[in-house]
Amino acid sequence: MNKKELLVAGLQNGTVIDHIPSDQLFKVVSMLKLDTLSNPITIGNNLMSKKSGTKGIIKVTDKYFEKNEIDRVALIAPHAKLNRIANYEVVEKKELELPDELIDIVKCANPKCISNKEPMASRFDVIDKKNIVVKCHYCEKALHKDDIVLL
Amino acid sequence: MNANSFVSIYDVSKEKIIELLESAKRFEENPNQDLLHGKIVATLFFEPSTRTRLSFETAVNRLGGRVIGFSDASTTSSSKGETLKDTITMVSGYADLIIMRHYLDGAARYASEISSIPIINAGDGSNQHPSQTMLDLYSIFKTQGTLENLNICMVGDLKYGRTVHSLLMALSKFNPTFRFVAPEELKMPLEYKIFCDNNNINYSEHTDLMEVIDEADILYMTRVQRERFIDLMEYEKVKNCYILKNKMLDHTKENLKVLHPLPRVNEIESDVDSNPKAYYFQQARNGVFARQAIICDVLGIK
Ligand SMILES: [Zn+2]
Repeated sequence: MNKKELLVAGLQNGTVIDHIPSDQLFKVVSMLKLDTLSNPITIGNNLMSKKSGTKGIIKVTDKYFEKNEIDRVALIAPHAKLNRIANYEVVEKKELELPDELIDIVKCANPKCISNKEPMASRFDVIDKKNIVVKCHYCEKALHKDDIVLL
Repeated sequence: MNANSFVSIYDVSKEKIIELLESAKRFEENPNQDLLHGKIVATLFFEPSTRTRLSFETAVNRLGGRVIGFSDASTTSSSKGETLKDTITMVSGYADLIIMRHYLDGAARYASEISSIPIINAGDGSNQHPSQTMLDLYSIFKTQGTLENLNICMVGDLKYGRTVHSLLMALSKFNPTFRFVAPEELKMPLEYKIFCDNNNINYSEHTDLMEVIDEADILYMTRVQRERFIDLMEYEKVKNCYILKNKMLDHTKENLKVLHPLPRVNEIESDVDSNPKAYYFQQARNGVFARQAIICDVLGIK
């Protein structure tokens, strides 16, 4: 069985998220609310990775995630690979990438920010995709990777 | 949403800054122009600021417009729990322009996304106060004849002072040299120094004003506030280092002007006031002309 077959083994239709850093795997699991799904799910962690020590992988049958869900994952696992599988074939393969703008995903850390006081969506501009730095569209304060809290 | 709002100085291009300064100059030459005839301007001050409100209302009155509004949120429906969204939606049905001050950061940006009429930000929390920046720029432009290639010495609280941050960002378009003079606790935040590095802007940091005062074209003083210090011993130690005295100006450049966003407490001694280099009172007066220019710009009045 070659590598490509391993990736889709047993998965006729669905999503594979590969190359998730091991320490982020269970955060991704909870972020995607996989515990609430009844679909068949395979989760692997601490697997050997050629690129970076160990990795995690998630396979979900008959499930394709929305952009909003994938954008959230990109914040904590920016180099993970997303594969969409249809009829045992990889029909789409891409490295997760942060979008230019995050709507209603990140909570502003500034307690005096209007986005924390009004019933409204938060809005962040991604100002540094490599180091993951985002800036609140409203109060103009920057948040660095480790300070980012998701809604 | 209205695209003409004036919310953040970061949105304003170099060309627009120059255009607004030239417009302010024309208003100074001829302040009473009936350009807002028949127009209603709402001044919504969710946080009181008499100085800023009077300046804006003077600007509107000199342009022949009428003013509605409130000067303190405790007298309005927002104290009854009304959302900002509802207040802005209601007022944008009454007036042609909203000038607002709010205690929350980002309030003006949010209002500009809701409102069908232009919003002018008259201060949103600790974030932006772009009309203050325009009047600072106008004061510099007027006294130096240009904004290009100036030596700008910023003194005092460079950490929390939003006026110095906005001024730094705006002047960065004009090839400045910055001298940051502050006590250790109130130094210019790293992000602004990184910004200067990335944009090849010449700057240096000092704790002693006398090291750099003689080369300055503009001395921008700010308040060193006691409540900013965790260690009050530190405050006692540094508070007098950032007080400008008249004799400190003896060897400064002929064209130097001393600016201060006001109100001052004790950071400029009163013997400086009569020095022709003191400019802070004229600076405040310039605010009316700068605001006339901003008001006409957002309403598309030439
Ligand atoms: Zn914010």
